[in-house]
Amino acid sequence: MARIRLTKHLQRFFPGLGEEVHADANTVRELIRVLDAKYPGFGHYVIDEQGAVRKHVNIFVNDMAVLDRTGLSDALGPNDEVFILQALSGG
Amino acid sequence: MNMKQRLILGTRKGVMVLDRESNGWRLSQHGQSGIPVPFAFCDARNATMWASLDHGHWGPKLARSKDAGKTWEDVPAPKYPEGALVKEGKPAALEYIWYIAPGPARRPNRMYLGTNPGGLFQSDDGGNTFALVEALWNQPSRMTGWFGGGRDTPGIHSLFTDPRNPDRTLIAISCAGVFETLDDGKSWTHRNKGLRADFLPDPSSEIGQDPHFMMACAANPDVLWQQNHCGIFRSEDGAKNWTDISESAGPARFGFAVAAHAKDPKTAWVVPGKSDQERTTIDGALFVCRTQDGGKTWQKQTKGLPQQLAYDLVYRHALDIAGDALAFGSTTGNLFFSPDGGENWTTVANYLPPIYSVRFAEF
Repeated sequence: MARIRLTKHLQRFFPGLGEEVHADANTVRELIRVLDAKYPGFGHYVIDEQGAVRKHVNIFVNDMAVLDRTGLSDALGPNDEVFILQALSGG
Repeated sequence: MNMKQRLILGTRKGVMVLDRESNGWRLSQHGQSGIPVPFAFCDARNATMWASLDHGHWGPKLARSKDAGKTWEDVPAPKYPEGALVKEGKPAALEYIWYIAPGPARRPNRMYLGTNPGGLFQSDDGGNTFALVEALWNQPSRMTGWFGGGRDTPGIHSLFTDPRNPDRTLIAISCAGVFETLDDGKSWTHRNKGLRADFLPDPSSEIGQDPHFMMACAANPDVLWQQNHCGIFRSEDGAKNWTDISESAGPARFGFAVAAHAKDPKTAWVVPGKSDQERTTIDGALFVCRTQDGGKTWQKQTKGLPQQLAYDLVYRHALDIAGDALAFGSTTGNLFFSPDGGENWTTVANYLPPIYSVRFAEF
């Protein structure tokens, strides 16, 4: 089961979401789908309606940024750690 | 019972609701704090407030409040269908909800969203779900002749439904121009004759015009006003022909917003800015211009507005009218109100976040 670390900013919109969750998924795309099923609407915060990662969102698998930002086909193993973070922007 | 006036602001830091009390304006709600709100208004048909949200990171969202802004609920944002393309090789995804408009009174559950990259969305269930208006999206001119002005992609920011004919709707797009449907969205025709686009090789091109905001006279909807990138234009025949009514030497020319008097088709207001190159006040003075003769002449209205060291810009949705009352907000976070058609202005607030939209409501 992959361990997912999430930016605190998402808790504003999904109060039940902790900073760390666990999920079974073989790819990052599948992971977003699993989280969206658990927290309805979550997926649309992270990816757009065509499935691409939003411009100012970063997803890392371990310490590598995902390579496939439009299809999220990057593979996930059970011991991987995924970070879903927002790139900060100005006031 | 006398209704009281309310102002709903979309700001860079949330929705602000201000109520007009006997001793002045009072902030009654500040919702969606910290989130940029390009547009917010109250649908008078059902007293529901709507706000478009422009999260920097999480994508554009839509929210509504049925208790005057105390609590907000998320509404699923519209989605461009799979396979929709902005241009060859560029998939269309929602970038910005620029405008939210109620449908005609005879269609109480109809709502519209004007968006970037150029899609108009329609709801027939009171805004619970929205679908792309395909006939407009499939206009042959869209991929070749529409483009972004200030934003990367074209966007729809004005929409007017004819109270006499619910099948007639006009929209304005930056940059493409004005389009009209007479069959409830099944087909669309461009209505840009007489406009001028100084930034195009052919300034009179029927496609590629840059209306900044368009508004009709409620009592005579054949009269339309348009603050355009290249001047102020007016139509007396339902947008079939537009006439340039900008001042040749005076300040009434460049700007974003226009407000049409609801009853008098010859009266309207604009808030001029200094040229599209500079986009600030003219000589550091903030003023409104009013015409009462259909644009033949314009009068500057300055009483109560800062006439020095002011650099406020007023965006397209940040000027509104209700009866003889006017209000506008600026990018500098100043909010002004006039009870008498712009003759006298009072400062409602300074030091607000940058203001994107100002809309009157009643409570």
